Amino acid sequence: MTGAELLASLGKFLGTKIEEQIEFRGETALMIAPRDLREAASFCKEELSFDYLIDISSVDNFGNEPRFEVVYELYSMTLAVHLRLKLRVSEDDPTVDTISDIWPTANWHEREIYDMMGLRFKGHPDLRRILMWEGYPYFPLRKEFPLEGKPSEMPDVAFTSAAPMEGGPFVTQPSTATAKDREPRARRPVEE
Amino acid sequence: MQTQSEIGYNSKIEGDVVITRIDAALAWFQKNSVWPMPMGLACCGIELMAVGASRFDISRFGSEVMRFSPRQSDCMIVAGTVTYKMALAVKRIYDQMPEPKWVIAMGACASSGGMYRSYAVLQGIDQLLPVDVYVSGCPPRPEALLEGLMKLQEKISGERSFSSQKRGLIGKIEALV
Repeated sequence: MTGAELLASLGKFLGTKIEEQIEFRGETALMIAPRDLREAASFCKEELSFDYLIDISSVDNFGNEPRFEVVYELYSMTLAVHLRLKLRVSEDDPTVDTISDIWPTANWHEREIYDMMGLRFKGHPDLRRILMWEGYPYFPLRKEFPLEGKPSEMPDVAFTSAAPMEGGPFVTQPSTATAKDREPRARRPVEE
Repeated sequence: MQTQSEIGYNSKIEGDVVITRIDAALAWFQKNSVWPMPMGLACCGIELMAVGASRFDISRFGSEVMRFSPRQSDCMIVAGTVTYKMALAVKRIYDQMPEPKWVIAMGACASSGGMYRSYAVLQGIDQLLPVDVYVSGCPPRPEALLEGLMKLQEKISGERSFSSQKRGLIGKIEALV
């Protein structure tokens, strides 16, 4: 089976459940509904030799509805084919089915997404925070969360306070300017 | 000169004698064997290892005995980025060190949070621990850490640990004399 046949048989299996198919630089991404995830994932693993889950990532499209997007990067070791599964998740019901029983490596990826973005994974065996500590009240990678952080207090566990930004945040500004002007540096706050 | 008393000074038996204050002697002992607690948390930890290795050789300053047990160490070298998750563990290890104890904040991150102005990083370990010496650099050169250690030794040699701790005892002795 070649890569093209692989994707064709997946397309046949999912049929109308594919909401959108995106081709980019020879790689395919399929947008599916969150309820079809487990069906599609186990088909990919068992029938289509996608034996390697490279990564799960989440995107916060702040201001759009549905707000969140979860991206599963699959790879077939035997056929050297990439496949991307994408879900759109609403802010009102930020839950996705776990796939940690299909690819065990999903366990920690899902914990990280829960920790940073606040999406819950239904059926996950151990959905705890993985980078921040239990009891930390925020989800730091959401767009409304400021880079400098917010004060929090967990007695005997950890505390946080907002970092002084001192003219920051020191991040590269996306533009077509030269490297000298794009570079992270202290910028005066814009006068209002 | 020979004295009749048993505790007197007999130059034929005892040889050369140095007379000093007990504070000065204690400080001299302490500053020449500062046992570090290597709190290596990030890339500064690698430079700290270089300081311990043969090219820079921290043992020239009496500090080669890196102790990973806080109960056996005198000086915590906080080398690297202190995240909020790690911060209270660092504090707890510091609390387990016996007095007298000192802290060197090595590098930009440990001193001020450095380039990490973010929600995850404590903006300087001095918010939790009393820091004696700050070493600048990202990471500092090994020479810079040795310079910081020498500054700490200068500071220790000026300390009057005995007279400040045993003031009552000294008062009693003076009353007897």
